[in-house]
Amino acid sequence: MTPALDMALDLALSAVLVGGGIFALVGSYGLMRLPRPMQRLHAPTKATTIGVGAALLVSALDLLGQGQVSWKEVLITIFLLLTAPISALFLAKTLILRGEADPDIPDSGTGKPWATLAPERHDP
Amino acid sequence: MRRLFPHPYLSLTLVILWFLLVNQWKLGSLVMAIILATIIPLLTTTWWPNRPRVKRPFGLAAYSILVLWDVIVANFQVARIVLFMPRDRIRSAWITVPLDLQSPEAISLLAGTITMTPGTLTSDMSACGRALLVHALHAPDPDSVRNDIKTRYEARLKRIFE
Repeated sequence: MTPALDMALDLALSAVLVGGGIFALVGSYGLMRLPRPMQRLHAPTKATTIGVGAALLVSALDLLGQGQVSWKEVLITIFLLLTAPISALFLAKTLILRGEADPDIPDSGTGKPWATLAPERHDP
Repeated sequence: MRRLFPHPYLSLTLVILWFLLVNQWKLGSLVMAIILATIIPLLTTTWWPNRPRVKRPFGLAAYSILVLWDVIVANFQVARIVLFMPRDRIRSAWITVPLDLQSPEAISLLAGTITMTPGTLTSDMSACGRALLVHALHAPDPDSVRNDIKTRYEARLKRIFE
């Protein structure tokens, strides 16, 4: 690859990295700025998607100039996408159970209560 | 063959995951990958009594691309709300999403999709598994968010899984 192309690649990757960093910063700022616990839960679950996504993309393509692509980052992305919703779900369920979530939770419309608020079931 | 590989898709996934982990193409890695892809499904088969059915694997790939795109677009919207919208004008809302999906794998994918697309968060499921409780960061019109989820994601997942 010519030095000019190499330079262009470096510039593009740096831009992606800085952009992702800004989104991660906005996510953390949202954690501080949003008033209610359920709203605060939104900010960090989102920053991971684009902030970490940008860092992983740059890490994977960093050595593209020398014809190398790193595939490990795909694995990190997969596990991140698998685990982030689960931790968010558990935080939300904890808030609901402790009564710290937003009030006036609607009816489930199925005749059964929401799982977190349902009476405890004993193992069969 | 069926007894040796009770979950062919899981075995294939494990081979791919192993190659992603070692990050290079070598014959030794392939041998190790095949060993793992044989042992792990055999040891965990108790927890997977049924094979998850995917009718359209390519539909799943197209779906992933759609979700990735939505994540990027919606991140800008959430960033704008967080940065510029006055606190008292943010209208958070609970949304009940009744489910047409039956398969547990499809429902968990839908719940994950809702959480990863910014602005909405899956918070709970009804005790019978027929509805999801979703929290929206800013939804002046909760009905349109529900329709978006049902037409954009649930309908596609239904075609892929059922």
